[in-house]
Amino acid sequence: MAFVSIFKNRTGIEKEIDSFLDLASESGLIFDQGVDSFLNNNLERFTDHLNHIVETEKEADNLRRSIEDLLYRKTLIPESRGDVLELIERMDALLGRFKGMMFRFEIERPNIEPRFHDGLRELVNCVIHAVEAATLSLRAYFKDISQATDHIHKVAFWETEADKTSSKLQKEIFAAEDLGLDVKMQIRDLVRSTDKIADQAEDMADSLAIYVIKRSL
Amino acid sequence: MFLFFLSSGLFLGWSLGANDAANVFGTAVGTRMLRFRTAAALCCVFVILGSVISGAGASGTLGKLGAVNAVAGAFVVAFAAALSVYLMIRARYPASTSQAIVGAIVGWNLFSGTPTDPAALIKIVSTWVICPIMSGVIAVISYKILSFAIKRSKINMFKLDEATRIGLILVGAFGSFSLGANNIANVVGVFLPVSPFKEIILPGGFHVSPAQQLFFLGSLAISVGVITYSKRIMGTVGKGIFKLSPVMALVAVWAQSVVLFLFASQRLEQLLLNAGLPTLPLVPVSSSQAIVGAVVGMGLLKGGHNIHWKTVGGIAAGWVTTPAVACLISFVCLFFLQNVFQQTVFLP
Repeated sequence: MAFVSIFKNRTGIEKEIDSFLDLASESGLIFDQGVDSFLNNNLERFTDHLNHIVETEKEADNLRRSIEDLLYRKTLIPESRGDVLELIERMDALLGRFKGMMFRFEIERPNIEPRFHDGLRELVNCVIHAVEAATLSLRAYFKDISQATDHIHKVAFWETEADKTSSKLQKEIFAAEDLGLDVKMQIRDLVRSTDKIADQAEDMADSLAIYVIKRSL
Repeated sequence: MFLFFLSSGLFLGWSLGANDAANVFGTAVGTRMLRFRTAAALCCVFVILGSVISGAGASGTLGKLGAVNAVAGAFVVAFAAALSVYLMIRARYPASTSQAIVGAIVGWNLFSGTPTDPAALIKIVSTWVICPIMSGVIAVISYKILSFAIKRSKINMFKLDEATRIGLILVGAFGSFSLGANNIANVVGVFLPVSPFKEIILPGGFHVSPAQQLFFLGSLAISVGVITYSKRIMGTVGKGIFKLSPVMALVAVWAQSVVLFLFASQRLEQLLLNAGLPTLPLVPVSSSQAIVGAVVGMGLLKGGHNIHWKTVGGIAAGWVTTPAVACLISFVCLFFLQNVFQQTVFLP
């Protein structure tokens, strides 16, 4: 009976971690669609995406709590438990960042000139790729550790791309003579905050790289 | 009166349980893969089974080293060994009961003027060197094979965790069986020549030999040692020498169990003999040496950077001091028992 119960716990937590990572991946896509709707001035669609990301984040929070509870209550993976919890929490923080950015768009309603749209879309694309690679690396950490390093490299690549795009975009913003400093600073802050998501994804990937070495046989 | 004299053997059994159960389940408990209660229960059951079923093999060699022919002498020999192991445990070093009993028997030989059989002594002492090396080699090979299989199978972290726990339980049970089979000779082996037990025939025609009755009593004492005192030693083995991963812990116990089994199994010896292959001596070997050999072997495989050589040195020093201390205690106690308490400690 004890073995059956252990087996059930393992299957349960595997499914929960999978679902959690699905939500992390999904939240990036919702963010992408949300920003796109905002830039296209489709505020109704934007609000739908905002509601969707709020729901996703809430669901992810519940899963995170359940994973933490299972890990500690059933003393699963005692050697890597602390590392796994940290990674899950960092991933949850990324989800929170996406939601936070969507709320900033909703609250501030910034007037972003169409000339900056492509740059912003490109930045969002880099950020989403970075988070997606981080999600894949975390998935590999659980399922096939030898693949984790490949995805970690991709996180670093997309973070660098995000930095380049962000710098270029900020230069363009401040080069625009027809905009007031207040507008420039507001858009600059949005750009920086978006870029910050890629930075956080990279921080998580750096920690993961250490944990991969720790777990390597 | 025999049971009174046997008490020192039971004390030695208790020391062995406290000390050597840590070698079998210490890595699993130290890495928090198994609860102490589960480990202790499994260990008790399988030590008793190993002692009663397969305990006879290794006791023969010990008998050749010195056949203690008076019950009071056997009492002192077992007491000296137990006391030296207890002192080592107090110093928080996994000591070797095998070395303690050998030291104590040599002490009896010196006191009684019985010549120590050099062939038997060399046979036993050589296993002190062979055992950790063999365990280290088995651990390295097993670890290589297991890690290759794990990498190839791309097993999920949680499934690996589950498989490791089940493996630790199975290998721990095997290790406990081997420990009982190999080390029961240390506990009550010296009492075999002076045992008053008679053969019992159980319903169903099962014969329980006098030796098996003695082994059963000894294994009960080991179980008491496991339950009452092994918890604190388990921490040293699991973490003290080298920080083990759960998979490494599994391999360490496996290597130790195989070594103990190889040095205890009469059936294996017979199989090798039938096949015309060289056999291993059936000698009580030290489970402490085996586990330390396995852990150091894997530590070296990992580059040797994280091995706490100071702890290893402390344990190795114990291997030298344990038999020496046991020999000295045995000699002094025999003198007192003979001259102060007027007991016959050897028959001329």
